[in-house]
Amino acid sequence: MPLLQIDQMTHYFGGLRAVHDYNLEIEPGQIRGLIGPNGAGKTTIFNLITGIYSPTEGDIRLEGKDIFGLQPYQIASLGLGRTFQNLRLWRHMTVLEHVMQARYSKLTYGLLGAFFGTPKRQREEAESRKMSNELLELIGVRHLADQIVVNLPYGAQRRVEMARALATEPKILFLDEPTAGMNTEELAQMMATIRQVHKELGLAIFLIEHRMKFVMELCDIIQTLVFGEVIAEGTPAEIQNNPAVIEAYLGKEIET
Amino acid sequence: MAESTNNSSAGRKGLSVRLGKAWEPFTKVPLLGWLLGILVAVALEQLVGTPLAHLVGLSKIPVLFGFVIVLKQPVLLPGTLLYILLIYLLPVGLVARLGAALTNKLAARLLQSPLWVSAIVHVGLLYASLHMWADISDYRDLVLRLTLIAIILTLSLNIVNGYMGEFSCSHPGFMALGAYAASAFTVIFFVEDKVFGSPLLPPALGPFLFPLALIFGGVISALGALLVAIPSFRTRGDYLAIISLAFLFIVKSLIENLEILGGPRGFMSQPDWANLPTVFIWCMGSIWIINNFVSSTLGKSLNAVRDEETAANAMTVNTRRTKMVGFQFAAFWAGVAGGLFAHVMRYVNPGSFGIQKLAEMLAMVYFGGLNSVVGSIVGAVGFNLLSEALRPLELFKWIIIPLLLILVMLYRPTGLIAFREFDIANLLKPKRKSEEEVEHAIATD
Repeated sequence: MPLLQIDQMTHYFGGLRAVHDYNLEIEPGQIRGLIGPNGAGKTTIFNLITGIYSPTEGDIRLEGKDIFGLQPYQIASLGLGRTFQNLRLWRHMTVLEHVMQARYSKLTYGLLGAFFGTPKRQREEAESRKMSNELLELIGVRHLADQIVVNLPYGAQRRVEMARALATEPKILFLDEPTAGMNTEELAQMMATIRQVHKELGLAIFLIEHRMKFVMELCDIIQTLVFGEVIAEGTPAEIQNNPAVIEAYLGKEIET
Repeated sequence: MAESTNNSSAGRKGLSVRLGKAWEPFTKVPLLGWLLGILVAVALEQLVGTPLAHLVGLSKIPVLFGFVIVLKQPVLLPGTLLYILLIYLLPVGLVARLGAALTNKLAARLLQSPLWVSAIVHVGLLYASLHMWADISDYRDLVLRLTLIAIILTLSLNIVNGYMGEFSCSHPGFMALGAYAASAFTVIFFVEDKVFGSPLLPPALGPFLFPLALIFGGVISALGALLVAIPSFRTRGDYLAIISLAFLFIVKSLIENLEILGGPRGFMSQPDWANLPTVFIWCMGSIWIINNFVSSTLGKSLNAVRDEETAANAMTVNTRRTKMVGFQFAAFWAGVAGGLFAHVMRYVNPGSFGIQKLAEMLAMVYFGGLNSVVGSIVGAVGFNLLSEALRPLELFKWIIIPLLLILVMLYRPTGLIAFREFDIANLLKPKRKSEEEVEHAIATD
């Protein structure tokens, strides 16, 4: 059984068809890529799967469980973590607080624990702090734990977002343009981090990316999306040589 | 400090350096030392306050640090200053400074036991001082109790306007619900009343069950909050402000038209159970619980929802529940404060819970600082003292206070002490000189 299975998902914004007949199967441990020109609907697909938009029609299953129409927080606590294309960090919170906040659904102390500071709360918060610090270590931002996020450089902010998504203990991690705005050096570091996270936590990764080198090196299977429709799916080598993909990116050669 | 002195002239620089040097030993005084100093000062006032006041030409002990006297009769300024110096500043300073070594040791010793032991000792000292201070006059006692209630109110409004980043105008309405519900509770159960008849329970039980009345008031407020929250939390932005304002007017006209609660004439004959210790305990309890809540991950969800709701939702935070809980929690405390207020005044009328009250509460929150427990305390105490101190100026008071507020908004848009966590352990810890500093001091000598 695939970890995530999507059948014939279609979505309309009013009369505009944003996504048409989208299918996806992700196996545990896979790294998948989603590429396509600007405005193809890649982020829309992420938002549909993670519940931020509700698809017009379709079937979405996580480990066989129907997650169609669930709230984003429910889908996230079932094991689908994500980052955002245009960083959505909490501007008054520290790095450590970001990661601890994402463990919200794992806390069981309840409101009474929050009001009266019960021993159970102390214990759970201490555990959460420890795990969060370990995650920050893994992502390489442990030394920034007490900084307010808005003061950090862009690359570090992307890493914080990733650590935060990992704190929800996802089975699949959705990364929306993890290298946007990064220079070549940061790009190489990010690639290494993603590989390490993939290896150590053993999760599946689904990523949107514009940098071809990055996608081709990292992904097992890549989908190409144009105007809300998948025009090609295959290994990096297959995608690179697919005439339809080349046409979508570079345009058609004029016959002479 | 350093930046400001660099820019000033050489003479002023010399002065500020000297002042800084004189102040320097006081930075080593732990909170315990200051509390002891205050305790000694108010004890001194009890013992020799009246004769000293006569000696410096005042007719009686200045009730509120001499503000009222000076504003009414400026001639008495030197005498008042002398009194303040001799009774408050000098004893507090001396005890804090000379006792620093001892109080540092004591504070360290206290912290070896669990934090709550140390906290209770500090709170106990604070209460002893406040009690003796308020003992001097009924006016002080009333101002103090109203200030403590204002702290609860400010904290409660800060949860919505600061921590949640929404704008609620319904807090006087919640306060009214709590005030009337708690009053009805105590009057029905424990008081012989013309409208409600003889008490249902023996009045002797009353003071012990008074907390139940306050909690009942808080719960009624929290239920009222549901009415505001359900329609307005579907969207963000101005909706809550508008709906909550409507709610305020609805509550007010509802009470005005309920004859059984006294209608526009008001509701009286509440028993006198909200004395200083009761109000003080509720105030400390509310600070403790609210601080616990906002420093937990569950409470910080409010910040996450405020700063970036989509991200909070995607990070497993149930945003709708978070907003509901936050709003109802805030309403609960507004209701409790209302219940206390009704039993301090022993009379409430719908007019006490109008736009004027809303303006005062908003002023306290924004003056003290958003998203901060300490800020709320500072805001409530500062605003109440200022408001009482400027009372002799009558109409001008309402020109000076808004002007001050505008100045605060201009220079510190989020308030005096905003976005700061209230770290109790750090507050109570000793401030002993470290080894290095001692060596450094010897070397420079």
